[in-house]
Amino acid sequence: MFVPGNNPGMMQDAFIYGPDSIMLDLEDSVTMAEKDTARLLVHNALKTIDYGNTEMVVRINPLNTPYGKKDIEAVVKAGVHVIRMPKTETADEVREVEAEIERVEKEIGCLGRTQIMAAIESTLGVINAYDIAVASKRMMGIALGAEDYSANLKTQRSPEGIELLLARQTIVVAARAAGIDALDTVYSNLNDMETFRKEVELIKQLGFDGKSIINPRQIEVVNEVFAPKEKDIQKALTILAAIKEAEERGSGVIAVNGKMVDRPVVIRAQRTIDLAIASGIINKEDI
Amino acid sequence: MEIKNAAAGTLESGDILIQIAPATTAGLHIDLDSTVAYQFGAQIKKVITETLTGLGMDNADVKATDKGALDCTIRARATAAFVRATGKDVWAD
Amino acid sequence: MNSIKDRAALIAEAAARMNKDTFKGTQPKVTTARTELQHQSAKVVTLEDAIRKTGLKDGMTISFHHHFRGGDKVINLVVAKLAEMGFKNLHLASSSLIDVHEPLIEHIRNGVITKISTSGLRGKLANEISHGLMEEPVIFRSHGGRGSAIANGDLHIDVAFLGASSCDPMGNACGFSRSENAKSICGSLGYALPDAQYADKVVILTDDLVAYPNTPNAISERNVDYVVVVDSVGDSSKISSGAIRDTKNPRDILLAQQAAKVIINSGYFKQGFSIQTGSGGASLAAVKFIRQSMIDQGITASFALGGITAHMVKMHEEGLIERLIDVQSFDKVAAESLKNDPMHKEVSANEYASYDEPGSATHNLDIVILSALEVDVNFNVNVLVGSDGIIRGAIGGHPDTAADSALSIIVCPLLRGRIPCVVDEVTTHITPGSTVDVVVTEYGIAVNPARPELKERLAKAGLKIVDINALKDRAKSIIGEAAPLPFGDKVVGIVMNRDGSVMDVIKNITE
Repeated sequence: MFVPGNNPGMMQDAFIYGPDSIMLDLEDSVTMAEKDTARLLVHNALKTIDYGNTEMVVRINPLNTPYGKKDIEAVVKAGVHVIRMPKTETADEVREVEAEIERVEKEIGCLGRTQIMAAIESTLGVINAYDIAVASKRMMGIALGAEDYSANLKTQRSPEGIELLLARQTIVVAARAAGIDALDTVYSNLNDMETFRKEVELIKQLGFDGKSIINPRQIEVVNEVFAPKEKDIQKALTILAAIKEAEERGSGVIAVNGKMVDRPVVIRAQRTIDLAIASGIINKEDI
Repeated sequence: MEIKNAAAGTLESGDILIQIAPATTAGLHIDLDSTVAYQFGAQIKKVITETLTGLGMDNADVKATDKGALDCTIRARATAAFVRATGKDVWAD
Repeated sequence: MNSIKDRAALIAEAAARMNKDTFKGTQPKVTTARTELQHQSAKVVTLEDAIRKTGLKDGMTISFHHHFRGGDKVINLVVAKLAEMGFKNLHLASSSLIDVHEPLIEHIRNGVITKISTSGLRGKLANEISHGLMEEPVIFRSHGGRGSAIANGDLHIDVAFLGASSCDPMGNACGFSRSENAKSICGSLGYALPDAQYADKVVILTDDLVAYPNTPNAISERNVDYVVVVDSVGDSSKISSGAIRDTKNPRDILLAQQAAKVIINSGYFKQGFSIQTGSGGASLAAVKFIRQSMIDQGITASFALGGITAHMVKMHEEGLIERLIDVQSFDKVAAESLKNDPMHKEVSANEYASYDEPGSATHNLDIVILSALEVDVNFNVNVLVGSDGIIRGAIGGHPDTAADSALSIIVCPLLRGRIPCVVDEVTTHITPGSTVDVVVTEYGIAVNPARPELKERLAKAGLKIVDINALKDRAKSIIGEAAPLPFGDKVVGIVMNRDGSVMDVIKNITE
């Protein structure tokens, strides 16, 4: 969930809506004049507010602005989980950010703590999606930023999102090939929940791992669409129980109802359970 | 320490606006207007004082307009106002 | 012979035995067309004449209702007239007082009003009283408690001044008007009905004097002594202002969703259940969320009670709620529905929530959703005094419905800005913790340990159940420790329990 980095009220409340990840924004939602104050706010919020198990992301300003490096220093020192790079176009940019993160991490003695997420918001970025995805071992996911991308394409966003299809699929394919997450762009019309739901259904079908949102009201729709069905959860639980049993027997062969279970099935079962926990359908303790 | 007039923060709920001006008399003077003055007035003044003196500012007139900000927000806004008033870089240390 | 003349002696004898006169003949018959007479009566007088004729004296008790809430014009109008006529030392007993009644401050300073009984106080008047404006403490009662107190004589009313949106010359009055000249509407007059029934003298103020008979009526002519026509009794556009609003606030929506889940999984959500919601964004919005579950599960409610809202009316019209029982119409849609729909019933504060009447509606209530300023770790609730020690709310039907319902749910955020809502001990005790079952916050749901079966049901449904102490600790960890409030030694308010006992006192604030 996107939260403006210059709004302390929203920053302290974001946690209660239960998003999987909170992204405090230092870039587009903060005016030039407030870059310094927002940076301090985000730094202090990350250090002080108890966000529980929520993944904390900060979107920094690009390194080619006067703010980028200071942003990295402030949020790495505050212990952010993930730095989101805006408008990423090349693998070199990722490596520059990585070098900057490493410098700060060395200074405070926590090398390797901070992960990177890259937002791809241009045609060049889409072309380079795989290179970006594998540019750093810190890279945990790539995300589409559709507003800038559509402008770059010289078109506008449509409700059906046909213009985004290539970018979306490229990003999912690149992320899968690199073994990281693929995250979809925001949908900003809060009054049209129907179109939002259709878009979430579409990107789930395309293979995305999640959707960026701008308001707590959108969380429920995303959770509903991504929530696994009862039948799938039961099946997944059976498979995981079989794995556990196989491990206890010391056997590498996993079987459910007499049938061998392949590795992709195991991975899908684990993913179903992760989603069920994330959607609040089952508790971690129940497994 | 050279101080010019500076401000940081907003009047939105959960935020605090901190305005710093050169001291008219020696010392740190905080004029606080808060929606939670009864319960947290002393604490808010304490956080502002600690933040500013911690950054080396011992003489200034501070006007704080609080809308229920948490300590971490007060600290951030006081630091930002300090940076703007003095031009010093707080990340260097 | 047996003509009437022959029986004269026997008639006289019977009359003498019964200590009665014998019949002397009738008055001349009035032949005026009744369409003329239906527009007039000796009861219709000016406000000043009405006040004189009631025999009001210094030191007596006058009463009002607050059905127009922020739009009320009656209280300020009448008290200004009383001040002008030189009355002193009056006891003002309103069903509630709000921001708009700020002019009372002057009348208190000038000694016109020296005592107040009410359900609540808001705005500048509340602030001044909290700082010690009055010598006598304000008496606070719940709506049900006020009804009982009026009926049993604890609160004796000498003259009631009751605003009505329509009234005929005989005094049949309603909170709406069926005429073309309707100027205002407030819907139910539930809080005014005990006053109309028990006050020694009753004056109706109306901005639409209609022809007799103004039936079906809320207040009967039998209880009315005088009728006064005024320009306006209230601004109807403000009846849904103040505490009542439809929320877009994501935090309120989250709280409403959680409250709805509590209801649906409580064990009380079954065919024929009954429900009430208090004012406050989240508790009103919760109704919207249980609506879908009612449709999905094919469940209908037998009645909705209390402050009736547009949402309730909609669900009634959809067939989801069979009957509406209305002591107070929370918005214009509800007020219109009361006027037009016989299944939408107006009740008095006594029929609604009296402690003394086992048949009052709250005793038949399954579920109530209520808001709170503060809840403490013993589930006691404060809805009257802010965390800064200043009076800023109203008791309303809170303790009545919490005590009488099968399931009471308090919905409140853990924090309002930097103010904690779950605390060690509430600033003022209003609703006893023993009557509160569930507290819903954005950081989790706490269940009263007295209701283990409820806790089990909710936990089983996957709701996030937490200890109320953990909520309190969580609030403290976020905001820090609040400094003690600067209370003085003067008692500015007395909180009556609904059974007529003294529950708590409110001390003055010194800064």
